Amino acid sequence: MSRFWGFVKKEFNHIFRDYRTMLILFGMPVAQILIFGYVVSNEIKDIKIAIYDKSKDNVTQEITNKILSSGYFVLDKNIDNDNQVEEAFKKGIIREVIVFEPHFAEKLEREGKASIQILADASDANTANIVSNYTSAIIRTYMKNELMKGDLPFEIDTNVQILYNKELKGVYMFVPGTMALILMLVSAMMTSISITREKEMGTMEVLLVSPLRSMPIILGKVIPYVGLAFVNALVIIALSYFVFDMPIQGNLAFLLLETLLFILMALSLGILISTVSKSQMMAMFISMFALMLPTMLLSGFIFPIENMPKILQWLSAIMPARYFIVIVKNIMIKGSGFMVVWKETLFLVGITILFLGISIKKFKVRLE
Amino acid sequence: MLKQTENIIEVKNLVKKFGDFVANDNLTFDVKQGEIFGFLGANGAGKTTALKILSGLSFPTSGIVQVAGFDVYREREKVKKNIGYMSQKFSLYEDLTVKENIRFYGGIYGLSGKYIKEKTEDLLKRLKMENIKDSLIKSLPLGWKQKIAFSVAIFHNPKIVFLDEPTGGVDPITRRDFWELIYEASDSGITVFVTTHYMDEAEYCDRVCIMDQGRIEAMDTPALLKNQYNAKNMDEVFIQIAR
Amino acid sequence: MNEIAVEVKGLKKSYDKVDAVKGVSFSVSKGELFGLIGPDGAGKTSILRILTTLILPNEGSANILGYDVVKDYKKIRNNIGYMPQRFSLYQDLSVEENLEFFAQVFGTTVKENYDLIKDIYIQIEPFKNRLAGKLSGGMKQKLALCCALIHSPDILILDEPTTGVDAVSRKEFWEMLIRLKLKGITIIVSTPYMDEANLCDRVALIQNGTIMKIDKPASITSEFGRMLWAIKSENIYKLIQDLRQFEFIDTVYPFGEFIHITSKSNNMDTNSLISLLKGNNHSKIEILEIQPNIEDCFMALMNN
Repeated sequence: MSRFWGFVKKEFNHIFRDYRTMLILFGMPVAQILIFGYVVSNEIKDIKIAIYDKSKDNVTQEITNKILSSGYFVLDKNIDNDNQVEEAFKKGIIREVIVFEPHFAEKLEREGKASIQILADASDANTANIVSNYTSAIIRTYMKNELMKGDLPFEIDTNVQILYNKELKGVYMFVPGTMALILMLVSAMMTSISITREKEMGTMEVLLVSPLRSMPIILGKVIPYVGLAFVNALVIIALSYFVFDMPIQGNLAFLLLETLLFILMALSLGILISTVSKSQMMAMFISMFALMLPTMLLSGFIFPIENMPKILQWLSAIMPARYFIVIVKNIMIKGSGFMVVWKETLFLVGITILFLGISIKKFKVRLE
Repeated sequence: MLKQTENIIEVKNLVKKFGDFVANDNLTFDVKQGEIFGFLGANGAGKTTALKILSGLSFPTSGIVQVAGFDVYREREKVKKNIGYMSQKFSLYEDLTVKENIRFYGGIYGLSGKYIKEKTEDLLKRLKMENIKDSLIKSLPLGWKQKIAFSVAIFHNPKIVFLDEPTGGVDPITRRDFWELIYEASDSGITVFVTTHYMDEAEYCDRVCIMDQGRIEAMDTPALLKNQYNAKNMDEVFIQIAR
Repeated sequence: MNEIAVEVKGLKKSYDKVDAVKGVSFSVSKGELFGLIGPDGAGKTSILRILTTLILPNEGSANILGYDVVKDYKKIRNNIGYMPQRFSLYQDLSVEENLEFFAQVFGTTVKENYDLIKDIYIQIEPFKNRLAGKLSGGMKQKLALCCALIHSPDILILDEPTTGVDAVSRKEFWEMLIRLKLKGITIIVSTPYMDEANLCDRVALIQNGTIMKIDKPASITSEFGRMLWAIKSENIYKLIQDLRQFEFIDTVYPFGEFIHITSKSNNMDTNSLISLLKGNNHSKIEILEIQPNIEDCFMALMNN
């Protein structure tokens, strides 16, 4: 046993003595979560809008109230005629104008259909997108909650294409995504690099020639990273809870358990990468291009999966991060328990076993 | 040998410091034209530092350093034109062919295409490598790479060629082939400045300078040094000096 | 006859299309200091890696202390100490930490086997808190040797331990090896330096994946079987060219300030050679008959 702990201690020495490793391990998660957090939350806070209400009835008033009380928008001014619309945008303060057609409530009542036009300042296309999507989402929620009470179908035509997530929970999207990204980075990339470094330095030769079996070698290299990745996960959860008011509706212990599972999955992937790469450089490239990019692009973290071409959707179906994000979102935001996320959990367990199996099989007791 | 007496390298009171660390401590020496000069010492004795200063890659902290008649402070571009350099890593492009490598280095020194072409053919004939001129460098044995690297280093007819640990690891016959190339260059008037920690190499030099901890501890012909230290080879000379 | 520690038979190893080892056989007795002498690419590292169970041979067999390197690799790994060609310690760990780590890896402690490494460790002990990466070349070798010895192995396998190390450290390193040999450890060491052959009990001269000769260094040089002369003049380059022109001269090899030559008839009238050379404008000619060294023998074997 002392053999093994000697190994773990040595690994910690490597980590704590290399300031670059330390930076990646501890600086990056904090920086990333803050950057993502502020970028996302700033964009949809206190956006200045104008309302051009050609109807001025109780329904338009209610919708306006809903929009303004959402916390994302601030009313800059009310507009009375068409000419003012362009003027309002030109000053550059207002990002969006919401136009209710004349006789809005009346039409809705009589024809079951009325339309709202959302004009967004697309000079910042991204913000425009987000802003208009939030507005339409609020309107739809209103419609669902308020107008559907009766059996009569109502329809408010909002005139904007929905590009963003419909649940209005986009603010919280970044936490699960960043968590997946960072855990992937710390666990998979760092372990694969640290194992290949031993190959490159020639120390692996000495370890192989020693009576140490391959299992303790792998475990000794991996255990420190389990600990560090777990600490990272705690930091991310704490930051998102205290700084960004992200709720943790579900069971914290269950959340941590799932996180641990994801860490193990990423570590086994890291070991697998190290068995196929000959140099640190190669391990880094494989981690970057085969892990980081897909995790960012295909997991639904940045781009919604529903909008992807079919082939990318299939690819996304085998991204472990995708399932982890679903699990975290469900636990944190919806407060779901195991019964809701068991499929995703099972997938993660399965793929971890698969990766570990392949790596143990591929890990060589010799140099070739 | 028929050495001319003109000094091609003149170093007076050369000092190089990195912070408090003195890498070169007051070095003074001359190298004559056509001489094979061995610059010996353990790793960290200050050989590489001095070599970098002589080849214009780094400035001395103080002292006078003249290479090929030019001051390394003020005329380092002229210095660079007049020297060739071969490192232990051969500085050849592994994924280019023999001919492409020669062409490339000729181009760096601004030689005309026609001249490069003629001289390449001549060179390949002398090295007996005409049939491998289109082979990639990486496909060649170590000894051949060494020869090509050396030929490339003197392709532009420099006055001095610096060889940094040139012949480690090759078989004894290849090593001697390589030394014959060096003799030939020296015979044609090129000064050969060799740094090495391998005392076997020292035996081939006309004159050697032994460095230890940044200082010159001995400088003479191998024969006289062996005589002076009553040693049967340069290895023993070095051991006596360094201990 | 001494007990056999290592037995190698018909070993072959190739990578892709390159044959690195082309059928090598030798045996090493217990307590022997055995040298594999040859240039880079001769196949030394491949042979040592097969012996240390790091790679598998394509053909042939190798036994260490009666254990087969392929089947019983786990048993072999308990009994050998190995120093790979490159400096193979953790550069970011201190001298002491490296030593302790390797002791733990082998399930032992530094204390337990301190006697064996004491002579060597004492020399680097003043720097025990220094990071291994910050040591000089000679110090690194000593530390690596300590680490390879920490579990008191029966056989020590060293791959070019003195490459890139200065002359003083090289000498000290060999002195250490000889002391270890006296303690009964079997040592197999590879080196490209021909002059180190004389420090071994027996050597194998390797070139291009084949062993050209195995014997005691003294027997190898005594079997050179030809007269050898060393000659010099004021212009070495011209002397080489001129000697090659003479019909009766066989081999001409520069050897430091001298040139070693053999003649086709195996004897030579040195006086007439001197007058011939004087006719070619050579001055300060010196010629003497000498005993061949290992390098002379190596080159002669290469030409066979």
